[in-house]
Amino acid sequence: MTVDLGTIRRLVELTVDGEQVRVPEGSTILDACRAQDIETPTLCYAPNLTPVNACRVCVVELEGARTLVPSCARPVEDGMVVHTDSERVRHSRKMVLELLDSSVDLSQSGEDVDRWKDQYGVDAGRYGPPAAPAAAGERDARHAGHHEIPDGSTAATVAQPVKEDNDLYVRDYGRCIMCYKCVEACGTDAQNTFAIAVAGRGFDTRITTEFAVELPDSACVYCGNCIGVCPTGALKSVSEHELREAGQWDPDDETVTTTICSFCGVGCNLELHVQHNQIVNVTSPTDHSVTHGHLCIKGRFGFQHVQNLPEGS
Amino acid sequence: MDLKFLEAVPTQGEQAAVDGLVGAPGEGDDPRFAAGGQHARDLRHLLLPALHAVSDTAGWISQGALNYICQRLSVPPAEAYGVATFYAMFSLSPRAPRVAHVCDDIVCARLGGSDIADELAATLGPAGSGQVVTWLRSPCLGLCERAPAAMVQLAGDTDQAIAPATADGVRTAVAGTGNGHVPAGGSQPSVSAPQTRRGDGQRLRLLRRIGVVDPDSLDSYRSVGGYAGLRRAIAVGPGRVIQEVSDSKLMGRGGAAFPTGVKWDAVAKAPVRPHYLICNADESEPGTFKDRVLMEDDPFALIEAMTIAGYATGCEQGYLYIRGEYPLATRRLQAAIEQARHRSLLGSDVMGAGFGFDIELRRGAGAYICGEETALMNSLEGYRGEPRNKPPFPTVSGLFGKPTVINNVETLFNVLDILTEGGPAFAQTGTERSTGTKLFCLCGAVAEPGLYEVPFGATLRELLELAGGSTGSLRAILLGGAAGSFVDPEALDVALTFEGMREIGASLGSGVIMPVDDGTDMPGMLRRIAAFFRDESCGQCVPCRVGTVRQEESLARLANGTEIGSRAREFALLDDLTRVMRDSSICGLGHTAPAAVQSAISLNLLERGDPE
Amino acid sequence: MLAGIRHGAKLYTVDPRRTSSAQWADGWLGLDVGTDVALANAVGREIITTGLHNRAFIDRATTGFADYAATVEPYTLEWAERITQVPAGMIRELAHRYATADRAQLCWTLGITEHHNAADCVFALINLALLTGHVGRYGSGVCPLRGQNNVQGGGDMGAIPAKLPGGYDLEDDTERARFETAWGARIPPKPGRHLSQMFEAMETGQMRTLYCIGENPAESEADAAHARAMLSGLDHLVVQDIFRTATAELADVVLPAAADWCEYDGTVTSSERRVQRLRKALDPPGQARPDTHIICDLATRLGHAWGRPSAEQVWDELRSVSLKWHAGMSYQRLDELGGLQWPCPAEDHPGSTLLHERLWDTDPVRRGTPAPFTPVEHVPPVDELTEQFPIRLTTGRVLDSYNSGVQTGGYASPLRRREALCIDARDGARLGIADGERVLITSRRGSVEAPVRYDPTVRPGLAFITPHFTEQVDTNLLTNDAWDPKSGTAEFKATAIRIDKVRAEQASRAGRLAVAGE
Repeated sequence: MTVDLGTIRRLVELTVDGEQVRVPEGSTILDACRAQDIETPTLCYAPNLTPVNACRVCVVELEGARTLVPSCARPVEDGMVVHTDSERVRHSRKMVLELLDSSVDLSQSGEDVDRWKDQYGVDAGRYGPPAAPAAAGERDARHAGHHEIPDGSTAATVAQPVKEDNDLYVRDYGRCIMCYKCVEACGTDAQNTFAIAVAGRGFDTRITTEFAVELPDSACVYCGNCIGVCPTGALKSVSEHELREAGQWDPDDETVTTTICSFCGVGCNLELHVQHNQIVNVTSPTDHSVTHGHLCIKGRFGFQHVQNLPEGS
Repeated sequence: MDLKFLEAVPTQGEQAAVDGLVGAPGEGDDPRFAAGGQHARDLRHLLLPALHAVSDTAGWISQGALNYICQRLSVPPAEAYGVATFYAMFSLSPRAPRVAHVCDDIVCARLGGSDIADELAATLGPAGSGQVVTWLRSPCLGLCERAPAAMVQLAGDTDQAIAPATADGVRTAVAGTGNGHVPAGGSQPSVSAPQTRRGDGQRLRLLRRIGVVDPDSLDSYRSVGGYAGLRRAIAVGPGRVIQEVSDSKLMGRGGAAFPTGVKWDAVAKAPVRPHYLICNADESEPGTFKDRVLMEDDPFALIEAMTIAGYATGCEQGYLYIRGEYPLATRRLQAAIEQARHRSLLGSDVMGAGFGFDIELRRGAGAYICGEETALMNSLEGYRGEPRNKPPFPTVSGLFGKPTVINNVETLFNVLDILTEGGPAFAQTGTERSTGTKLFCLCGAVAEPGLYEVPFGATLRELLELAGGSTGSLRAILLGGAAGSFVDPEALDVALTFEGMREIGASLGSGVIMPVDDGTDMPGMLRRIAAFFRDESCGQCVPCRVGTVRQEESLARLANGTEIGSRAREFALLDDLTRVMRDSSICGLGHTAPAAVQSAISLNLLERGDPE
Repeated sequence: MLAGIRHGAKLYTVDPRRTSSAQWADGWLGLDVGTDVALANAVGREIITTGLHNRAFIDRATTGFADYAATVEPYTLEWAERITQVPAGMIRELAHRYATADRAQLCWTLGITEHHNAADCVFALINLALLTGHVGRYGSGVCPLRGQNNVQGGGDMGAIPAKLPGGYDLEDDTERARFETAWGARIPPKPGRHLSQMFEAMETGQMRTLYCIGENPAESEADAAHARAMLSGLDHLVVQDIFRTATAELADVVLPAAADWCEYDGTVTSSERRVQRLRKALDPPGQARPDTHIICDLATRLGHAWGRPSAEQVWDELRSVSLKWHAGMSYQRLDELGGLQWPCPAEDHPGSTLLHERLWDTDPVRRGTPAPFTPVEHVPPVDELTEQFPIRLTTGRVLDSYNSGVQTGGYASPLRRREALCIDARDGARLGIADGERVLITSRRGSVEAPVRYDPTVRPGLAFITPHFTEQVDTNLLTNDAWDPKSGTAEFKATAIRIDKVRAEQASRAGRLAVAGE
């Protein structure tokens, strides 16, 4: 539904796993793989964000390239020969998933990640028992270029307490894989608010506000676009967080219905996630030209007026 | 732009520091708002200099100072915080205004650096403690030929490098006590480049002016033939200059060994304007100090070479990005740039020849990754020094998204002789595919550490002999620095050329040749290398961000004898890590982070060196 | 818009306040409230006098240029600077940038339309687009940004006194006859009353009964005390709403409605004429029912058996009469395509992303009727500033809240702050009023109490408040219901007020003073 300006895109021909594939110029290798129904795991990729190719789980082997290439970001070229299931590819994907699984809580990252972990044979336990979680604020205070020298008895993790500092969403950075999606959504890819950024370096990189101040002191406008793009449950609505904590989160009952936001005249598509006749989350379809998946605070959280019913009704 | 600031306000000193860089606020500027519009947002590239200005003044970066920087440069505070916390030299929490950075990296640690650190810990308290005076451990400071090294940072005063350092000397310098004692901050060309005092100066190309010219004097530089290269360049025109460079077969000396002529030609022909030139002087590879010696003792040569490069490739603006830990080179280059400008050797009409070219000196702030060309560009633009995805390559889309030539210091130095002698004549030296001479940083277990220049083709053995041979019994040689690999003494007769190295699966890298003797604690050395990469990983991609941590943990277990399963399992785990880092990291840092460890394992260095 | 800026677009913001948009802008034109026509005419004059107008386009596709040029002739930059308080240089910069841009858009919201001369303000902007040819081409145009999700759709469906569904003029006998045939009923040939006229009719006693669906005029009307008195004086008031609003409190009958956007099916039409589907996700609570069900049952009780049509049947009936705009928009297509933009006259029509493209057609027949310049003059706000009422109050919405607040009051926004009258710190100092102090705000129509907040986005002489928090500050007791004869919109944006310190005995009284019937 994007405006078609009438540009005709040339088709590029490449070989993927021995099959000839023709895709429009400007497509990525990932697009070509998907056109062939080749499943390619992705974590930091989202169709409505600029690729950062940080997670490297989508790597494929490109003949003539010294290293593997991120399929999500590499544009196709004529004559490319791509292998998506070579031993090198499988090894890198397994290791990426394993390195993440050994350092981050992936338990809310969805069924795909669980399946990939099985498929690629991830064994996070071989790096030793996970280290104790960091105290609140400890990781926020780490200084680039310096770290505690490890003795190897435990595997370092990003585990830390959940940040709960506002009524709309929580930040559970023990689940953060540093995919940059939230930063992109808060920044130039959608909201242009820049309330959060990547800070620190190396294993101590973290998503944070300036000086790690609480969200209400930051520039955050609570559009929740960061939640919308978070793949691991590190960012989630307070309502989901509370339902999960109370053991009342029931994805089996969930229905998703697309409708239009009840507020301004932009006409954002809302996907209402409903469990037990209650809206538990609101998202927006990434493939709709009006919003490309992004919303404002009213669209994302302003649905409560249909749920605040008088006592006894 | 629409920015929200914290309540904090800057001190007068912090404000003055920022104003000194970007100018005082305008008449109508409302301090409660960031400037709006596209123009204001174009000031982002001043972020790193502004952070330096504040840090130099106050010793750390306060909330008020960051607010003020953001307001003046129209940068979101969260992003500026993300940038500031990327660099090891900045502190975002109060820090003592007087800091000693003590190198405990692979060369210095063994030559006294660790002892200095221990002594400072005993006398000044644990690293980072102290309200007025403190000390910190530092990765390689690039003073390896005079190890051990330290650098003293004093808020409101100029930074000083000290080498060789002693615990007393460092304490005195950082405390500002002692009676007017000035630490050894100057360069010592005859020590750093031993060939220059051996009367064989005739045979030197890159080092021939070291110790000969007065680095503070443009006249001195001209008296030994300075600016002949640029004069010839102007006489023959840009096309011919590129032809000479192509004919010379000059390959980049920064590590990637890409043909310089090809790079220059691509940018010269790029239709998009403007073009930018960058000199990569972010020399941070542990064990490497060659560019520092060139810049400290022959700064005008670099200015001239950059001017030639800019002229040939159609750049009007050059950036010289120097690592933050090189205070002396920074001062001398800054002075050289100013003198060159004063004499119209830089500026809107260079040498009256009708072309404009100027150079801006930019300091890094403690980030090895910024030596990676695209990370360096992000750093220059005021972003975190994270490498970019390639393609596109810098010649197409580099600094500010424009076609960009980026060359290493040593590469550019070669251009001078190429211009005065001609490309084909230059190519006579060295081998068929590796032309010219090469600088090597001899350090570690070697009798006379220093910077040596030999024609390509010399063997490792010849180099070692030039430096008086190894101390102790030679166990291995680390080639190329921490990102390089260990080679067996059996490889001593291999020719030090790009192709020769490829044959033995090694790389010249930054030109480090570091003999390791049998007294070396190999597990300790490998753990220091692993710690270095864990610290210096930018954190962007998973293989490097987590892989460097897991590598360090495994090496710790191997060193402590607390392997999970068996040593063989640890080696297998390290091998798995190596493969994912080498195959799937974004940039060269991740690709090479496991190289030294892997080569050490394959040479059984870890086994044999294990203290029984 | 920010994406456009990121790609290099220049933004000029015209707003009395230094809003978030103004902070992004390359130029901020902080004009005095109610001087929009003066500014626009000055921009037009500058474009003409510097020869930057698009003569070819004007000749080919417009009429009335000479009159327009003559009208704007007195609007010199210097004069405009005096009237608008925007520096002449900035007006010139905007004029030149707009005229010389490859593509340029004029976007506006209620700051243009909530004035006594709302339509004139819009005409003044349309004139600029015609003058430069920034219309009917991709990336150019004039764009009112709608404040409600279906304000466009409501009008398109005929909820405008002078229009039939699909944009047909009520007074067009041929079209009206077509509708009469389709509906089997006579349609009064003269337009009915718009909202402002309804209140006048209530005042004169001509209107005694009101059926109010999904609107909260007791709080949202300008001069709310007057509105409440009128509503209370009706013989019969029926309110159909999803909330028990302040208006519902005055009603004789309240019909609980379902929240159609998530509890029933239907369509809405966005600012860009895009018709999109609403779908049911939740069961409505209690006795609440969809609006169409209530209306059809009401018709049945009144003796017209309308049955129980589904949302799609209602829509298809609209399609059968809205031949130019909606005929091609089946539910199936709307579902498949995620919406369609009108005009969409047939099921094989792709919908129209661009309007007024015809103006660029070289063929005079296809080009059709030229677009007329509509010369307009600057007329200051009705509510004059005087010594007694020296401060200009303007109202506006904030990001996380919505209109009278009934919809957004239901969720906890971390952005929400206590309602306050925003003024410049210098005004505060002059009046001896501290940041946070409660004050009495008085206009020619009423008084309310509110705390003051020093706000850097507000200039001296200007005050700002939202309409969102009537339970804290009943803002519309102050605003002026003087309305625009062309559009019927009231002058919410320009109220003359006085700010007084609250004396101790006053301070104990609630902020909400006058309620109808008091």
